[in-house]
Amino acid sequence: MCGIAGIIHRDAEADVGSEMTNMLQAMKHRGPDSTGYALFGPPTDLVVIRFKLADANDPRDFDFKERLERHRLEVESRLGKIGAHIDRVDTETEYAYRALVRYEGDLKALADYLEDVPGCEVLSLGHSLEIVKDLGDAAEVAEMYDLGSFRGTHAIGHCRMATESDVDISGAHPYWAYPFSDVAVVHNGQLTNYYQWKRRLEASGHRFQSECDSEIIAVYLAERMAEGDSLEDAMKRSLDELDGVFTYMAVTGDSLGVAKDEMAAKPLVLYESANLVAMASEEIAIRAVLDREIDTSDPYEGQVLVWSR
Amino acid sequence: MEQVATGSRRITYDARGLAEPHAEPPRTAVIDGGKATFDAADLTTRLINLELRRLIYEEGISDVTVQNPGAKHSIGVGILQRCRITFEGSLGYFGVGLIDGPEVRITGRVGWSVAENMMSGVVVIEKVAGSLAGAAIRGGDLVVKGSVGARTGIDQKGGTILVGGDAGTMTAFMMQRGRQIICGDVGPGLGDSMYDGQIYVGGTVKSLGIDCVEGEMTDADQEMLDRKFRIYGLDKPDSFRKYVCGKVLYNYDNLEPSEKKLVIH
Repeated sequence: MCGIAGIIHRDAEADVGSEMTNMLQAMKHRGPDSTGYALFGPPTDLVVIRFKLADANDPRDFDFKERLERHRLEVESRLGKIGAHIDRVDTETEYAYRALVRYEGDLKALADYLEDVPGCEVLSLGHSLEIVKDLGDAAEVAEMYDLGSFRGTHAIGHCRMATESDVDISGAHPYWAYPFSDVAVVHNGQLTNYYQWKRRLEASGHRFQSECDSEIIAVYLAERMAEGDSLEDAMKRSLDELDGVFTYMAVTGDSLGVAKDEMAAKPLVLYESANLVAMASEEIAIRAVLDREIDTSDPYEGQVLVWSR
Repeated sequence: MEQVATGSRRITYDARGLAEPHAEPPRTAVIDGGKATFDAADLTTRLINLELRRLIYEEGISDVTVQNPGAKHSIGVGILQRCRITFEGSLGYFGVGLIDGPEVRITGRVGWSVAENMMSGVVVIEKVAGSLAGAAIRGGDLVVKGSVGARTGIDQKGGTILVGGDAGTMTAFMMQRGRQIICGDVGPGLGDSMYDGQIYVGGTVKSLGIDCVEGEMTDADQEMLDRKFRIYGLDKPDSFRKYVCGKVLYNYDNLEPSEKKLVIH
């Protein structure tokens, strides 16, 4: 089933971390397996890298901690070798990290070099995007990663009921649109031409970190945008090229978009005002941040909507 | 609550958040003569439904107002008695499903599958409705003053669905009986695989579904439309077009090959 949510403040910063937590927690019944956030903080000159070195389910063998430490040092050393100046590396949980670096080079080269370290997955890369995802409901994940204090402008989130692939962090949404800076996707639905697209995109040099069909959307959008499409154009084209049932949301550094397949098989409720757009699979999620009687609507089949700041 | 251990951390599952097998009605309603009002803001779905049922079945109240339903799911389901229920606010998914008799007014909007399988009664929604409005209804009137989502009246077996605004894709999919009146525009695949019934559309139709054809408007159709719009005080569009089943896919009285053989011999 899965629940997805998105919120964008068009002219101000807000507590998007706690807002998204409230929205996702209200939809916990749609998917309690894992919860993920793509949060946009104030843009900086530095590059924010969220990465993990193990999955939550990995067996804790006797040298687990030592191995993680060794791999973290390897990541830091590789950052130096590729020309990134490390500002700081914070340990968020036992296996997840947040690094701030000064780096002007090619992001794909950076991501590939880091992911070559055993167990390393770059969850997000960008000047304001931070993807946080882990097992458990929104309240648990928010507490683990201290998201209550996260201030920013827009965010998307996902609570997952795993249908196509394993319950692990790699299979959790949102997906970063590797290797694009500051682009992420959450998806509710199933894609039926998954293998076709996966083979096609792998052949053109994209990497996949999971067996989850939703990862296709992020990588698909990245490739379209690399060829010069705007986010909106890429999303419109996806309606023709991706098969299956889906409602998905995509975010960039300054915009938030949503696309609904031509069967309109997956729900979406939308609230739109002059300076705030909030949408989710269920209205109760919107009510979790707007606790009053509001006018909402359901976008129709084949619609693509994009809001910019 | 079931505890499931995963790796080093435990996940707490309460998938629906609704399991309250031993709940009692909260008894917070203010009863005034034959009317009752209660605030649902701090009540769970289960408690709202228990209070509603207590008032209607045990107290014999015939006019209940529920304030602040807050878009919660599965509110007001399974009421099998003639009564009047007003929801001051919006309902979530599966609102007032499986009802037989009540006259319901919802001042806000509703989510997916409102009035699913209604047998009789009236449901009036002042704002919009999500997809699957009036799925499988057998009788009664479902009136949505705003627009509706996709697959309105899927598998409809009777009754009337009246929509003031637009409707989405696959409206009246597999409709079997009853009627739909849609004032605005309709998405692709209208009346796909319908068996019977009538669909009246005031706006444009993006495309007709398989075996759905335009029918002839009769005086009886006009009279029925006038009556429905008069009852619910809605503005009637200038003209309607009627769509019915083309009956090309009707194969019901064809015998199976083995059965034919029996008849011949």
